[in-house]
Amino acid sequence: MYPAPFEYHRAASAQDAVALLGKYGDEAKLLAGGQSLLPLMKLRFAQPRHLIDVRRIQGLSGIREEKGMLVVGAATPYATLAASALVQAKLPMLSEAAAQIGDPQVRNMGTLGGSLAHADPAGDLPAVALALAAEIAALGPRGARTVHADDFFVELMTTALAPDELLTEVRFPLPPAGSGGAYEKYPNPASRYALVGVAAQLTVAGGKVTAARVATTGLATKPLRALAVEAALQGKAADAASLAAAAEKATDGLKLRAAAQMPDAYRRSLAVTFTARALTRAAKRAGG
Amino acid sequence: MATQPGNVERLFGKAMKRREDPRFITGRATFTDDIKLPGMTYAVFVRSPLASARIRGIDVAKARAVPGVRAVFTGKDMADGGVKGIPAGWLLPDIKLTDHRPLAVDRVRHVGDAVAVVVAETPYAARDAADLVEVDYEELPAVADAVKALAPGAPQVHENAPGNRCFHWEIGDKAKAEAALKGAAKVVKVSLVNQRLIANAIEPRACAASYSPATDELTLWVTSQNPHVHRLIMGAFVLGIPEHKFRVIAPDVGGGFGSKIFIYPEEVAVSWLTRKLGAPVKWTAERRESFLTDSHGRDHHSQVEMGFDAHGKVAGLRVKTVANLGAYLTLFAPAVPTYLYGTLLNGVYDFPSIFCEVDGVFTHTTPVDAYRGAGRPEACYLLERTMDIAARTLQLDPAELRRRNYIGKDRFPFQTQVALVYDSGNYAPTLERALKMVGYEHFRTSQAEARAKGRYLGLGISTYIEACGIAPSQVVGSLGAQAGLYESGTVRVHPTGKVTVLTGSHSHGQGHETTFAQLVADELSIPIDDVEIVHGDTGRIPFGMGTYGSRSGAVGGTAIHMSLEKLKAKGRRLAAHLLEAAPEDVEFKNGRFSVKGAPDRGKAWAEVTLAAYLAHSMPAGMEPGLEETSFYDPSNFTFPFGTHIAVVEVDIATGRTELLRYVAVDDVGNVINPTIVDGQLHGGIAQGAAQALWEWATYDDNGQLLTGSLMDYGLPRADQLPKFETDRTVTPSPVNPLGVKGAGEAGTIASTPAVANAVLDALSPFGITHLDIPLTPAKVWQAVQDARGKGKG
Ligand SMILES: Cc1cc2nc3c(=O)[nH]c(=O)nc-3n(C[C@H](O)[C@H](O)[C@H](O)COP(=O)(O)OP(=O)(O)OC[C@H]3O[C@@H](n4cnc5c(N)ncnc54)[C@H](O)[C@@H]3O)c2cc1C
Repeated sequence: MYPAPFEYHRAASAQDAVALLGKYGDEAKLLAGGQSLLPLMKLRFAQPRHLIDVRRIQGLSGIREEKGMLVVGAATPYATLAASALVQAKLPMLSEAAAQIGDPQVRNMGTLGGSLAHADPAGDLPAVALALAAEIAALGPRGARTVHADDFFVELMTTALAPDELLTEVRFPLPPAGSGGAYEKYPNPASRYALVGVAAQLTVAGGKVTAARVATTGLATKPLRALAVEAALQGKAADAASLAAAAEKATDGLKLRAAAQMPDAYRRSLAVTFTARALTRAAKRAGG
Repeated sequence: MATQPGNVERLFGKAMKRREDPRFITGRATFTDDIKLPGMTYAVFVRSPLASARIRGIDVAKARAVPGVRAVFTGKDMADGGVKGIPAGWLLPDIKLTDHRPLAVDRVRHVGDAVAVVVAETPYAARDAADLVEVDYEELPAVADAVKALAPGAPQVHENAPGNRCFHWEIGDKAKAEAALKGAAKVVKVSLVNQRLIANAIEPRACAASYSPATDELTLWVTSQNPHVHRLIMGAFVLGIPEHKFRVIAPDVGGGFGSKIFIYPEEVAVSWLTRKLGAPVKWTAERRESFLTDSHGRDHHSQVEMGFDAHGKVAGLRVKTVANLGAYLTLFAPAVPTYLYGTLLNGVYDFPSIFCEVDGVFTHTTPVDAYRGAGRPEACYLLERTMDIAARTLQLDPAELRRRNYIGKDRFPFQTQVALVYDSGNYAPTLERALKMVGYEHFRTSQAEARAKGRYLGLGISTYIEACGIAPSQVVGSLGAQAGLYESGTVRVHPTGKVTVLTGSHSHGQGHETTFAQLVADELSIPIDDVEIVHGDTGRIPFGMGTYGSRSGAVGGTAIHMSLEKLKAKGRRLAAHLLEAAPEDVEFKNGRFSVKGAPDRGKAWAEVTLAAYLAHSMPAGMEPGLEETSFYDPSNFTFPFGTHIAVVEVDIATGRTELLRYVAVDDVGNVINPTIVDGQLHGGIAQGAAQALWEWATYDDNGQLLTGSLMDYGLPRADQLPKFETDRTVTPSPVNPLGVKGAGEAGTIASTPAVANAVLDALSPFGITHLDIPLTPAKVWQAVQDARGKGKG
């Protein structure tokens, strides 16, 4: 309830945020929606001396289409992603995943950048970023750089971002014609975080899967691509039988993170079920 | 002079909006945490992270050095300061009582047991300092499970309770029940767990205390369901403060569900601290403290044997229950698994014999006490779950089995096999009505069709009985209660005819400010806006036992009604005097006292009330003023009942249950405000359904609470619940003049077995006869896998 003492700074710009990060070093934390950081601070699991608020930086939020990409500012709240007609039309998986996060308050505050930077092992959007092959842009004292989603999630709540870097925006490549994606989530009955979340993106041509990216969340210490599922789909018919057969491999090679009162076999079975559901809807959207 | 309307609309029975809601929904309510006093200081408690340990020493030096810290005290400091242990309020024969110190002195007995308190000028400083208190613990073995705690060699919780047995209690006729079971055509044996629950009121517990050296008066604001009980026990037994110098105020309280009945360590501590420090002291629980320290509910393990004759009629019942009491005995703890549970095992069925025995057991867990329903949901779940298992065993329709066994409507008052006498009842119509509403016949057809398509629908029935307004005081006293269970109601009529009611009941969500005002406005034919209901302040209300056990309407409402009757009688005598008529000839109708047969000769209500205060012309011997106080001690409990039906679909792939429909037909006697009764039922159904499906307080073997936050503890949410379809039958209670029974707990009692029965009905194709609640997706999925492994389904 009562966090340790801290000082609050509101960053005026991305550069300002990076400068403040440089100034306060280890003692500083960026604050976006606060939906993960503030609970940790109230429990005193996190005790930053300086909070640098980036949520109101001009230009850090917003959604635009640019050079075959959908570009989303890091401070864009979930509610905006969920309601955006552009996102719904171009990347329905992203809006449907955002719409399933927490409750309305959480969706009004929580941000895309915060979700990816926090990298909660049960977070929804990290899986979506993987399936959509997102490019994650960061700004630091050494300048700007881009990290591919595949290289971004390093370990439990650890990303490729350096402590002095700010995540500025996320660029989602717009998939070619004949593509479709879907996000399927089975919420933990208490917390409603994903017990299992599956993001699937397919491209189908002539009835066959020509590209597939599938990622799961909630199961391991970080969101992971389901490479065995992707391989099983490649070049196969986008029909019910082959989608179901591919889904069977949802947890192949995956090491489950411990989850209280949830038997491993149950979680593996859920992963298969929800992968099948996500693939089915993705294939349908792909027109396959 | 206020004009009196002619024929006043009757408010008893009217679905009025709650008068208190505007202040709640506009954020203008005053909860305990809203109490702000000059010079306020803030307390934070240091709590044991271990379930069982000896305290070797406590070093508070670093904590004291934190800027802004006023004081740090330990259990020893409080004991040296003369603070006594918190007593239990209900004694049983041979019960082993605990020494429940507000702050542990040398032993901690559950995670969250308070060991020290820090007071500082800000809550932040207090928290900072609390983290610096160094407690040297010697960890000892712990036991969290009550059945394990009874096993030989289990770690001991209290030295004076060998084998951790706090009491052994029996009710009914053992020999008769055993003989009946021997002679039964079929005996259904079941072993059931009624899991531990945490109330999770939306407002966490809080208290603020302030002492005035000028008047030597201590004022305590506290999240209490019964401020007079707080004052009596804390003043007389724990702190040694006389009642006339101790004022306890329970302001707006955001939900209790029983958890705010009891006297908690924090309330004792801040009351002691404010005098010690000469400054007001406030404490508000964090949610994780609520999980660890609010008294929990339920936690029974039971063995049931229910016998049937060849015609499917109940022949006898034997129940053996182990009840987990947690680490200490709190106020009602001994009564809940005994007199509020064993006595309800007759249910709505005509058992020829019953025997029940209960072992109350100490464990290294948070104390367990009354939680919405308190004992009655445990009894109802046991009976209704067993009835469904029996129906399957006997190959009878579950509705038909119940129908065959109800106590007939001509049998009331009905003497049960377990001490109680039911006031009134007519059970079958609630079942028939509910079956009709749900479309029972049709459901069975669609269920079969769905199963053919691999969809698993289920329907569950429960017919419940509830016991409200536990009474009379003489009887509960003979059974061990350390208090009476009456209620007081003062009606103060002001000279202008406006009315202030002082009730000993307390509303923490029940809507007394509306329902009681309806009663008063009705009886006096005055506008409801002329009536003010005051509750929750020992400084204003003569006395009160508070609100729990669905007692407010039946007991608190009747006390007000009695005062109204006295007022009307006095008013009639005064009016007769003013009208120069005989009192017998004066009637009070539609807000006017008038001479029978001569309606023109009359006096309006406000004319008479003014006359009472002017006292210019009074009948001989009549005192001026118009105010009456009554204490109502009921002659019996009241016994609401009803039938609830849940319809569910179980997704076999995930194990997840979806509640598709919920039908409730309740009989709570006469209904004062249908909106409020429906609201009580809706909330109760949600809580009971949550016990069936989601809620579960569980400890590991070291006594660590595994479900200690809302991340793990599955509270129900609106989007998980269907629209409730409710209806009522009305069988007035003969016990009180209002004919009301009580509605606060009915929903919770009925819904757990209805939902559990529905899930197990859905799972019947897999040959699954029983699973213990909560029927979580993981548990259901596992059971289906196991059944499939055995070739079922
Ligand atoms: C009740 C509740 C329910 C929830 N349910 C879900 C759910 O169902 N699914 C789900 O996915 N999540 C859920 N969450 C978490 C939510 O999604 C958080 O919003 C998210 O994890 C963090 O985003 P934020 O913007 O709030 O970040 P913050 O909490 O402000 O920050 C989180 C971390 O990210 C860092 N950070 C933030 N922005 C940046 C940036 N631009 N650059 C670099 N680092 C940055 C911060 O320094 C901090 O370490 C829930 C949270 C709550 C309170």
